[in-house]
Order: sequence, then C-alpha cells, then structure tokens
Amino acid sequence: MAVSDMTKLTLGPIAYHWSAEARRDFYARIADEAPVDEVYLGEVICSKRAPFHEVDLPATIDRLERGGKTVILSTLAEVMLNRERKATADLAAMERPEIEINNAAGLYARGKRPHRIGPFLNAYNEATIAWMACQGATHVCLPTELPGPAIAAAAAAARDLGLGVEVQVFGRVSLAVSARCYHARAHARTKDNCQFICEHDADGMPLRTTDDRPILRVNGIQTQSESYVDLLPETARLVADGVSHVRLMPQAVDMVAVASAFRSVLDGSREPAEAEAALREACGGVSFSNGFYHGQAGYRRITAAAAS
Amino acid sequence: MSLAELICPAGTPAALRTAVDAGADAVYCGFQDATNARNFPGLNFTPDELASSVAYAHEQGTKVLLALNTYPPAGKFDLWRQAADTGARLGVDAFIVADMGVADYIARIHPGIRLHLSVQAAASSPEAIRYYCENFGVKRVVLPRILTIPEIRQIRKEIPCEIETFIFGNHGLMIEGRCSLTNYLTGQSTNMDGVCSPASDVEYKRHEDGSMSSQLAGFTIDCFRSDEKAGYPTICKGRYRTAHRDDAYYAFEEPISLNLSRLLPELIDAGVHAFKIEGRQRSKSYVRGVVSAFRQAVDDIRAGRQANIADLVALTEGQKQTQGAFETKKWR
Repeated sequence: MAVSDMTKLTLGPIAYHWSAEARRDFYARIADEAPVDEVYLGEVICSKRAPFHEVDLPATIDRLERGGKTVILSTLAEVMLNRERKATADLAAMERPEIEINNAAGLYARGKRPHRIGPFLNAYNEATIAWMACQGATHVCLPTELPGPAIAAAAAAARDLGLGVEVQVFGRVSLAVSARCYHARAHARTKDNCQFICEHDADGMPLRTTDDRPILRVNGIQTQSESYVDLLPETARLVADGVSHVRLMPQAVDMVAVASAFRSVLDGSREPAEAEAALREACGGVSFSNGFYHGQAGYRRITAAAAS
Repeated sequence: MSLAELICPAGTPAALRTAVDAGADAVYCGFQDATNARNFPGLNFTPDELASSVAYAHEQGTKVLLALNTYPPAGKFDLWRQAADTGARLGVDAFIVADMGVADYIARIHPGIRLHLSVQAAASSPEAIRYYCENFGVKRVVLPRILTIPEIRQIRKEIPCEIETFIFGNHGLMIEGRCSLTNYLTGQSTNMDGVCSPASDVEYKRHEDGSMSSQLAGFTIDCFRSDEKAGYPTICKGRYRTAHRDDAYYAFEEPISLNLSRLLPELIDAGVHAFKIEGRQRSKSYVRGVVSAFRQAVDDIRAGRQANIADLVALTEGQKQTQGAFETKKWR
C-alpha cells in the first residue's frame, strides 16, 4: 500500500567539497534517473569552496529543471566574513529559484519575501515556526536531533499554518559547525591556508577513538555523524504525522539507488524490508542509525520491535 | 569608553552571593530544568531561591540576568513560557534567550524586561544581530567566541545594541546552539536539555599498562599515559585517530581555558560593553578569586591605571590557556 503519493522526496545540498566535474556528473544522473522531486543546491558549509562550483550553477539548475525537479538554493550555515555576508545577501535578493535560509543573516536580508527555513536555523517548536511563518517562511526543515513526538507536534503546527515540513531521513547528520576548519587542522594547516585538503574526503574524514571505534566524520568546519541516519522504517510514521517532505543527504554512494529505495516505500511498490535491503546494499558497510528519532543516543539503531 | 560591566556566573544561591560580594555588576543564572544551557545536577535555582537572590543582588546594586537560552522542543514550550513568567514576576533585570519563539513570547508578554541574545543563538554578523534587535528589541548580544578584535570593532559600528564577550573560562569552540555531539553519544541534547558531556555518562577506566581512558557513554574520548593527568571527557576536547596520522591527536581543540585578560584594554577600546566570566558549574572559591581579580583589573583600566594583568594570567596557572579566536584568525 502506498504510504503517500503526495509526499515529496528531496535531495539536500552536497555537504562535501566534491570537484566541479564530480558535481556535474552527479546532478546529470540525478536529473535523469533519481526519483526525487526537489533538489537543494549551493554551498552550505564553507564559503571558500563556493567559487569552484558557482560557475556551473545556472547550467545545473537548468539541467535539473528540465529533468522535472524543483530547484531550491541553500545559503551558508555560518556567516561571519564579508564574503559570506555578501554571498548570503546576493542569494536573498534572487526572485527565483526558491531559497532555503540557514542563518539569521539570510533572514535579515530576505525580509518578508517567501523563503524556506533550513535545518541550521533551529526551528525546534511551534512558537518559533509560527514566528517564522509570519515573517514569510513557506517551508521548514526541522532540526535532525528532534525526537518523533516533537516532530509530530512541530509538523502539526506547521501544517496548520500552511507550511511544508521537511525531515532528513538519510545520510550523515550535521552534529556541529565551527569557525575553525578541522580538515585544515588535521593536516597542520589553518583555514586561510587550507589548500582545499577536504576535497580528498568525498564522504568526510573518519575519526576513530583511541581504541579504534569509528565515531565522527570531519568535513571542513563541520563535524558529522559516523553513521548514516536511515529513517526508512519510520517514513510511514513521519508521513502520518504530517511531514510533507523527506530529505536525502548526498553521500558518496549510489544516490539513485538510495532515492529509489525511499521512493518505493512512499509509493508502496516495495515492502519496507525489501527497500531496506536495497538501501543497505547501496551503502556498503556503513552503519545506520535512528537514535535521535527515538529519543536516544543518535548513533544507535533502534529496531521496530524494540521501539514498539 | 564603554562601561565594561563584569557579568559573573551564579550556579547556586551561595555562588550568587559570592559573586555579588566580589564586585559583579551582574550575575547570570538559571532554573533547575531544561530551560537553561547549564542544566547540571546540583546547579541552579528554585523560584524561591531566585526570589531571595534577586533581593540580595538588588540591595547591592547588582543586576540578575536569567538564562532561558535553550531551544524548547515542540510540545514542551510551556516550560519555557512559565520560566519567563516566573522570572518576570521575581524581577530579573534581563532574559538571555536564543530561541526565536522564546524571544517573541518575552518581547510580546514582558516588553518591559531587557532581552539579551545568548551566545547559543550564534549571531556572528551585523545582519544576524540586527535581525534579533529589530524583531525582538534585543538590547545586547553575547558574541560567539569566534571573532577577532578587529572584527568585533567592526561589528560594534554596524549594530544598534550592546556587545558582551566571554573573557574567561571554558573555551567552547563549536558554534553554540548548533552542536548535537553530546546527543549523538548520550541521548541528551545540549540545545533541548541544556546538557553537555553529562557527568552521569562519564567513566574512567584504568588499563593494565597504567594508562587511563576517559569515556562518555562508553566511547573513549581520551586515553592518558600513567604520567599524564586524566581530563574530563568533553567530546570536542578529546583525542582521536585518523588515517593519515600516526598518533591520536586533538582533532578539535586541546583541553584548554579561555583567558583574555591580556586583551582587556583592547576589548574595552573596541567598544565591548560587558565581559562574561564562564563557570556556573564552578565552586564559590573559584568565583570569588576570578571575579575579584577581574573587578580590580577593570576598575584599574577604567581609572586609567595600569592593570595587574599578571594576576589574571595566574588564575589559570598550571592549565593551558588560550586567547582563542580573539587574537588572530590563524586560530581558525
């Protein structure tokens, strides 16, 4: 049975410093093959990376739109330097495509013109969502650490206000951002002299504990989870609770297969267990987690039997 | 010259009196629940304790700032609303807030009480700060600990509110209000529960070779040789391994304290209105020592005298200290 024909499957912005060529190939394939409805583009993590792929942006937007995807541009999560302030203001000045704002500097620049609220803006509760809605927000992506009951309460409030509600259901979670670049630090460099060392880690730089347990991933100024969030088993519940958009974060795996797995659960063409098996196969040996959703440590994997 | 107010931590009623007696211009504190970012066992105030503490502080001319600086998860907003109402009834001088919903509520319901923007809101540009000033009437921003002094000077020129900066204590280096590291390992959230590397999840394990591991929720955050002093397992101050390095290294930051005492004159000159001393979890004697020393130094600087900075530097003697991002952008 179909979970929902109405629910939109989205692809979040690439968090990593993939080369311009890798991005072109990636989005060409997404445009042609991935069963996603909406694609977020733009550099969210590090303003130094932006010039490498900005030149391709108009062509990428065009390519995706011709593939039937809605394109949204995401703004930087951290805005401090003049170039970051300018990049944010420039995006906020655009009429189209839609923009997703990730920093209050972007809200200031955008004013009451329509915009989406990104996951870095901390829309944790009904009061904040109501405030954002009266300031022109049309859509809100909830923080990844929100547990299920809070997602349901936030989604109900947002739907009552006519807002779209989005939750990340796949990929590494952003656990922290900093002014300091930990990729540069790992290579005894500073952020200003990083020489883009982060480009060598397409899925983040793994950190292990001293007793060799994988724990975190470094992505420039961002710290991510070692595990991929996988809320495929929880997707039906999310949709029932009012979530209108489910977000896949691009990882260095077959994202067409990932999108197909989620799509097949939304349209009911595959059993969840079967889709889950396909997702696992696409992701190799990566560990999956859903602890945040279940109100437990984020890295944990809670099985349906244990959760009920 | 700015007023250079000294904003001091008050984790308990006793620490509050100590800070007031030692010369704090203002103290900051919170209730015993998730509404503030230091929701640690044994810390913070009941409403009755806050009432008597506000009375004590006001008698000495010291202001009381109430931290309501966490992010209420949907379904639990009432706890924050009640905390704001209680704080207003007890006569606090300002609320320190991060969440837009909380800010909007206080701005509408308690418009006579000052709003300060918590470091947890991570407003690090003039535009972000103006957003909160223009929409909620924020009177002061607590700046993230990521800016250099020239950048602070520039921001000061572009915003309509006062600036408060941290000068001493714990050196947080993740952008506050955007960190879920603790929740990832422990299931308790910094943003929603006010918890960071909670003591209840800490364990120290001695190994056969004499080394000692510090663990958080079963994850080894650091490992110390028998001749090293074992530190507290804060995730962003731990040592980790990565493929291209032979040894475990401090991937984010060393266990180090922030001490900006040498930069005090420059910060005052840059237009910083208030200096914040971190440490609501610290002892009375710590609060007395640090607040008295900074009181003397700030008074000296304001009177045009040479401040005895060496005394302040000595406060962190035996520990590593840093001027963090404030001195040079190479820190980044």
